[in-house]
Amino acid sequence: MRFRTLVVALALSAPLQAQGPLRVPVSVDTLPNGLTLIVHEDHSVPVVTTNVWYHVGSGDEKVGRTGFAHLFEHLMFMGSKNAPYPQFDRLLEAAGANNNGSTNPDRTNYYESGPVSSLPLMLWLEADRLGWMLETMDEPKVDLQRDVVKNERRQSYENQPYGMAYENLVAAIYPQGHPYSWSTIGSMADLSAASLEDVKDFFRTYYTPNNATIVVAGAVKTDSVRALVRQMFGEIPRGPAIERPKPAPFTIRDTTIVLEDRVQLPRVYLAWHGVAEYSTDDAALDIASYILSGARNSRLTQALVFERELATGVSAFNSSKRLDGDFQVVATARPGHGLDTLVRVIDAELRRLASQPPTARELEQAKNAIEAQFLNSLEFVSAKADRLNSYYYATGTPDYFQRDLDRYRAVTAADVQRVVRQYLLTGRVTLSVVPQGRTALAATPRVTQ
Amino acid sequence: MSRARILPLATAVALVALVAAPLAAQQPAFDRTRAPSLGAAPALTVPAVRSSRLDNGAALRVVEQRELPLVHITLQFAGGGRLDNDTPGLASFAALMIREGAGTRDANALQAELAFLGATLNSGADWDNTTVTLRVARRNLEAALDLMADVVLRPTFREADVRRQRDLRLASLLQQQDQPRTLATMAFNQALFPAGHPYRRSLGGDSLATTKLDSATVRAFHDGAYRAARATFTVVGDVGEAEVRTLLSRRFGTWAARGAERRPAPVLATPVRSAERRVILVDKPGAAQSVIIIGAPGLERTTPDYAAIQVMNTILGGSFSSRLMSNLRETKGYTYGASSGFEWRPLPGAFRASSDVRTNVTDSSLVEFFKEIAAIRDTPVDADELDRAKAYIALGLPGDLESTAQIAGQITALSLFNLPLTWLEEYDRAVRAVTAADVQRVARRVVPQDAATIVVVGDLSLVRAGIEALNLGPVSVVTVEELTRP
Repeated sequence: MRFRTLVVALALSAPLQAQGPLRVPVSVDTLPNGLTLIVHEDHSVPVVTTNVWYHVGSGDEKVGRTGFAHLFEHLMFMGSKNAPYPQFDRLLEAAGANNNGSTNPDRTNYYESGPVSSLPLMLWLEADRLGWMLETMDEPKVDLQRDVVKNERRQSYENQPYGMAYENLVAAIYPQGHPYSWSTIGSMADLSAASLEDVKDFFRTYYTPNNATIVVAGAVKTDSVRALVRQMFGEIPRGPAIERPKPAPFTIRDTTIVLEDRVQLPRVYLAWHGVAEYSTDDAALDIASYILSGARNSRLTQALVFERELATGVSAFNSSKRLDGDFQVVATARPGHGLDTLVRVIDAELRRLASQPPTARELEQAKNAIEAQFLNSLEFVSAKADRLNSYYYATGTPDYFQRDLDRYRAVTAADVQRVVRQYLLTGRVTLSVVPQGRTALAATPRVTQ
Repeated sequence: MSRARILPLATAVALVALVAAPLAAQQPAFDRTRAPSLGAAPALTVPAVRSSRLDNGAALRVVEQRELPLVHITLQFAGGGRLDNDTPGLASFAALMIREGAGTRDANALQAELAFLGATLNSGADWDNTTVTLRVARRNLEAALDLMADVVLRPTFREADVRRQRDLRLASLLQQQDQPRTLATMAFNQALFPAGHPYRRSLGGDSLATTKLDSATVRAFHDGAYRAARATFTVVGDVGEAEVRTLLSRRFGTWAARGAERRPAPVLATPVRSAERRVILVDKPGAAQSVIIIGAPGLERTTPDYAAIQVMNTILGGSFSSRLMSNLRETKGYTYGASSGFEWRPLPGAFRASSDVRTNVTDSSLVEFFKEIAAIRDTPVDADELDRAKAYIALGLPGDLESTAQIAGQITALSLFNLPLTWLEEYDRAVRAVTAADVQRVARRVVPQDAATIVVVGDLSLVRAGIEALNLGPVSVVTVEELTRP
């Protein structure tokens, strides 16, 4: 790890000790066309990473056109005017660099990492596909990547045990039409329906300099990067302002779903309405999830896996996103057990945490573990770059590192108790995945307490 | 802790100057129609490793990295799954069990204390190594090392804990049947490695052997395998060699060997290089895709052709712009990804090309695989493709040494073959020297055409007739029960 700005904070693993603030020095610059550039210098190893976020994800899609933001991500590698297909990958590999992209409900991310000598190439390629890709887009490119994405859906969802649970779960948690009610991969029917015109409209709306932020981090000089970015991106025109409708508030009513799948062991998914990321109760819900299942000695892991020996594994996680969030507990039964027994134990543990706060030691373990994981994740310059982009989008402050840590330090035992009571004892979705023909193993609708 | 301790590497300074230079001057006219020139890439700088031995016989390698107050320790024991002998899965089970209670602490107390220290302690076994890794902030190093020493030297192996983990492992073995790719790998290994060969098995063992695991078996394995004489400590981070020696000697100095030393059984069998192509099918009714593996026995890691093979593989299926990816994914749209690669072990492992393809193009995909196999064997690669692959490997090497964990990982991976970290510099040179003729020569040596073993896991009611019509070779069908039966 060569992360000099973390030096002070990395020493913090001893519990509850005053620490110097964690600073990641950045320079923020907005070009006349609206493109935001964030530069972070880290000269410890001769590598550089670029990380572009377009502020568009599957949450910006329309019903009947799901999967589009992700399909579009694939199309961004299909060549542009000055770097026709397959130059994007070839040129970067020839420079010793890697690249990829990813899409989630809130944003689409493109990144390159490699020797510092490859930076001008990285920026030129990113600029060319933003400014000069649309004119080269055609039906064959769309058709081809449509096929690739359908194969991705088969590989990662349809041909995976329990692979169809997530899509069914989010459709039940979020009301119809809510941006988070469909999966980012999209449905086969919607992928088939995507047209060249859809692609062009989508690009014109969302792939604009004013809807993008680029982070450059590594062994670079800020001034040089600024000059390079202005040279590469400066003449790309600003796009129209984007309107983002806010989804209406909702509550979850108790819902029970059963899926049959080619699996040996039944698995239950419980999901509650959570909160948006960085909102007031977000950190407390993260800590609650650690106390429930984050470690070998966490409550649900202890109860279900090691004491009662009902489950092969259990995990709780707080899935907070930009507009809203959900909280899930997922447990897989051991051979010979049905899901009702597991759900009863989960309920009992949730009620116990709701009725009395976690111990001081439990809380401290959770905070220390989350903090250590946070700092370890920043070992690579590429991970720092992604977090700078993430913080900037969510909070407007790229160097939000210390404030992010402070959120967790500030959580009290009473906060954890309260969020469990407030969010995890209310209406929920109960989804059972059972072996084909074994619906008797599914969790049955609960009797309201 | 002062920031002044953190000095930028000299190479980094030089490089920044390189990137900055053209811009510091008046900006030249910018021609967007050409890719910008790259300038010189950073040279590979391999950190210095100090090698010695502790008094108890354990090897020690230290890389002092003062940039950050962090320490990464890997303790590696020669011999992993290859020590299993009559009990498949024992080495990986023992590696799991040492964290389930040690010294005066049970698994919960261990976990709680580690989390308190902000430390991460892991253990596991691959075929040739058992490893225990610790990552911790400098100031908590001593306390975390106490825990690590307990885990390595004084695991409790309580019968109740062994039984619980044994039951969990049985459940996970059952779940392997749900994973088409796991099934394909099992079918491939069982075809390639004959009875008695360690690589024929799964590291996780089988249900029969797992059922028999008890505290005495695990303890006997631990006593014979976790020994100072077969141990190597690799320490990377904010600590000097002298201090490391003191810290480790204090905790591991009295390491007493108990029981008979565990040694791998001699491997008499060699992998089966089939004289003809053969096809092995596994039925997964309703599968949305077919998993394809095409392969053959590979070479040992110490082959002089290592660099040429890596370059060849980058071109065939080891990168995004590789031929398998370009053909099967980007041209035909048959798959989300196709790749190829080797297992590099002290004994020859396997070469494999593989992909998950749409059910209705399973046979067409096999045709494309063999087109690419024929092409890399029959025709020299062109200069652009060769240069690209060589640059991709060589220029990427500095980025492989970014973190303490990466440095420790490189050292431990190389030490299995008695290679020092400076070998990376030789590798860099060797990669740059690979020619098109080398690529073709190694392709003919290791990429199988007539002697290929082909495994397909998918819905046989839909794919079998098409595969048989290709006349690739004799076709046999293996059931999931046969594959997973001990």
